[in-house]
Amino acid sequence: MAVSSKPAAASKPGSHLGDAVGLTDDDLLEMYRLVALARAVDERMWILNRAGRIPFVISGQGHEGAQVGIAWALEKGKDWIAPFYRSIATCLTFGMSPRDILTAQYATASDPSSGGRQMPGHYGSHEHNLVSVSSPVATQLLHAVGIALAAKIRKTGQVAMTSMGEGSSNQGDVHEGLNFAAIHKLPFIFVVENNGYAISVPMAKQVAGSSVWERASGYGIPGVVVDGEDVLACYKASRDAVARARAGDGPTLIEAKVTRLTAHSSDDQQTKYRSEEELAAEKGRDALPKFRAQLVDAGILTPEAEERINASITRDVDDATDYAESQPDPDPATAMKWVFAEDWPGETPPPWGMGGGDG
Amino acid sequence: MPLKTFIEAIREGLREEMVRDETVIVLGEDVGKKGGVFLATDGLWGEFGDDRVIDTPLTESQIVGTSIGAAINGIRPVAEIQFADFIFPAFNQLVSEAARMRYRSNNGYGLPMTVRAPYGGGVHGALYHSQSVEAFFTHVPGLKVVVPSTPYDAKGLLRSAIRDDDPVLFFEHKKMYRSVRGDVPDGDYTVPLGKAQVTHPGTQITVVAYGLMAHYALEAADRVADEGISVEVVDLRTLRPLDKETVLDSVRKTGKCLIAYEDNRFGGYGAEVAAIIAEEAFDYLDGPVTRIAGPDVPGVPYNHVLEEWFMVNPEKIADGIRKLAAY
Repeated sequence: MAVSSKPAAASKPGSHLGDAVGLTDDDLLEMYRLVALARAVDERMWILNRAGRIPFVISGQGHEGAQVGIAWALEKGKDWIAPFYRSIATCLTFGMSPRDILTAQYATASDPSSGGRQMPGHYGSHEHNLVSVSSPVATQLLHAVGIALAAKIRKTGQVAMTSMGEGSSNQGDVHEGLNFAAIHKLPFIFVVENNGYAISVPMAKQVAGSSVWERASGYGIPGVVVDGEDVLACYKASRDAVARARAGDGPTLIEAKVTRLTAHSSDDQQTKYRSEEELAAEKGRDALPKFRAQLVDAGILTPEAEERINASITRDVDDATDYAESQPDPDPATAMKWVFAEDWPGETPPPWGMGGGDG
Repeated sequence: MPLKTFIEAIREGLREEMVRDETVIVLGEDVGKKGGVFLATDGLWGEFGDDRVIDTPLTESQIVGTSIGAAINGIRPVAEIQFADFIFPAFNQLVSEAARMRYRSNNGYGLPMTVRAPYGGGVHGALYHSQSVEAFFTHVPGLKVVVPSTPYDAKGLLRSAIRDDDPVLFFEHKKMYRSVRGDVPDGDYTVPLGKAQVTHPGTQITVVAYGLMAHYALEAADRVADEGISVEVVDLRTLRPLDKETVLDSVRKTGKCLIAYEDNRFGGYGAEVAAIIAEEAFDYLDGPVTRIAGPDVPGVPYNHVLEEWFMVNPEKIADGIRKLAAY
C-alpha cells in the first residue's frame, strides 16, 4: 500500500485549511510556531558554535516540518517517541523546551537529557516520553518496538514512534525490528526522514531500489511516502498510522522526503560533495516558508499572529541562550553516579579522586 | 529441603517470579511451546500464554533491543539467548544501549531487565556452543554479571536479577543443568547480587572460581587435602559488581591465590581478579597470583580428545594448587 501525497490544495483566504485533516486554526498556528521555533533554536546553535561558545552542532534544519507534522498526531504524555539526533522539532513538539535543547548544547548540569554527559543532539526526557538518544544509529528502533510490545501486553493504548535518517534505515536492527513489530502487529510507527544523504553518501549509493517505503511490503505492512516539506501531508500520514496502530492493525512505515539545509554537523563541509545548484534547489523546498505561505494564504497567520509568534520565539530563544550560558557545569563528584540505581562498593573512584580538574 | 537440578531451580525461579509479578515476561528463541532448547522455560507458555512467553525470530539484537524498550515501558523482561555464543549480534544493544541508558540519561531511565544465556564447554558443543563470554561484559560498567553454581544460588540470584532495576546478564553453565543437584527450599528466598561466598574454608591457598569451576575447585580442594594442603574456595556468584572484600579477606588470610576460569586465559575475568589482588593485597602474598584457565585458542574444539585437552578440570586445578603450595 502506498499513499503518495500531493501538495495541500491552496486554500482561499478565510477558508479552513485544517478542515480536511481535522485541525483547528489554533492547532495550525501552534504547529507553525513549533516549526519556526525549532529553526530559530537551530540557527542559534550554529551562531553559538561559530562564536566559539559551544563545540559541536548537529542540526535538524530542513527536517522540522516533517517532525512537527508527524509528532503532532501522537498524544503527548501518553505515546512514546524514540527520536534521533536531528529531532529538535520532534522533541519541542513533544514537550521539551528551548532551554532543554540549549542546555544540552552547553552540556550543563541542568541539561535534562543527560546532565552534560552526552554530546549535543542526544536528547531525551522521561518526563516527556522521549527515549534517550545514543550515537550508534537505528538501535532506537528496537526500543520503540519494545515500548510498543509493552503497550500491547499492558493494554495501555499507547503508540510508539521512532525516527531516523534513510542512511540509518539500512542497519540490521531495522530489519529485525520491523519483522518483529509486523509479526505481532504492534502499535508502532517507523518514520524515515529521508534527506538524501548519509553524511556524504547519496541515496544512490546507500539505498538499493531507491526508496525506503517500498521495503514495507516485505513485512506486509503499509509503506507511505510523503513530501516531508509539506507539514499537513506529514500530519495526515502520521494521523492515519496512529489510527491503524491504536486499532490494533499494526505498524506503518512513513518515508518523509526532507531536505538537509546544513552540513551533516559542524564538523562537516558539505560543499565538498554537494553542488551549489543542488543546495540552492534544496533551499527552495524548505517547509518553513511554504507552511507560512499556506497559513497566510488561508488567512490563519495574520500579521498580528505572526508578530506575536515571532516575538515569542525571539524571547524564548534569547531566554534559553541566557539561561544555558548561566548554568554551571556538572560536578566531577557526580561523575560516578547512576552507573546503577544504587552506588556499589565495587565501583571504585580513580586514584585522582572525584574533584574538579585544574583547568 | 527438596533436592532439585540446576535447571529445575532456574525454571522454578522464572515461574514464581512470573506468578508474583505480572509485568515479568520471557522472550527468546524456542522459549514458548518447546520450552527452550534446554527446557529452562518448559511449561511457562502453557501457564502464562502468548503475551508473556514470546517465541522470537532468530534475532538476538531484537531480543535484547526489544527488552530494553519493554523495560522502559513498565515490563520486566527476561530474555533468553539460546547459547551465549550467539549473544554477539546483541553486543551493541547490550553495551551501547542497555549498559549506558541510566548513565547517559543521568538517571532519567533505568532498565529492569535480565538476559539469561547458557555458556560453557565440556558438552561436545564445539566452537559455537561452548564459549564463556563473561569477560566481554564484565568489562562494561552498567551491566551486572551473575554466574551461579548451585541450584540454591541459581534460583535466589535469578529472583534478585529479575527484581533488580538495572540490566543483569545471567550466565548458566549448560553442563550443570542436569548434572548438578542441590537443596532448594520452598518459599520466597533471594540471594543478593554482588556477594561472594566461601564454600570451603581453608588456610593455605585461596581458590577463586565461579560457575562450573566453583564445583571443580571444591573437588580439587578435596584432592589436595589428603596431601596436607588446606584450600579455601571462594565462589564469586556475581562477577560484577565484584565482592572484592570477600576475595581480599580470604587472600589476606591464606597469602596465596589461584583463580580458576574456563574462558580463554588472556584477558579473561581472572586477570582482573589477579590485578585487584596484586594492587590491594600485595603485602600479604607469599607467592604469585596464578591462573588455571582455558587455553588461548579461538574456541573449544569438538573432538573429545581435543575438548578434554581444552577443558579445565579438578585435576588441572589441583595441579595448579600443588605448584602454588610449593612456594
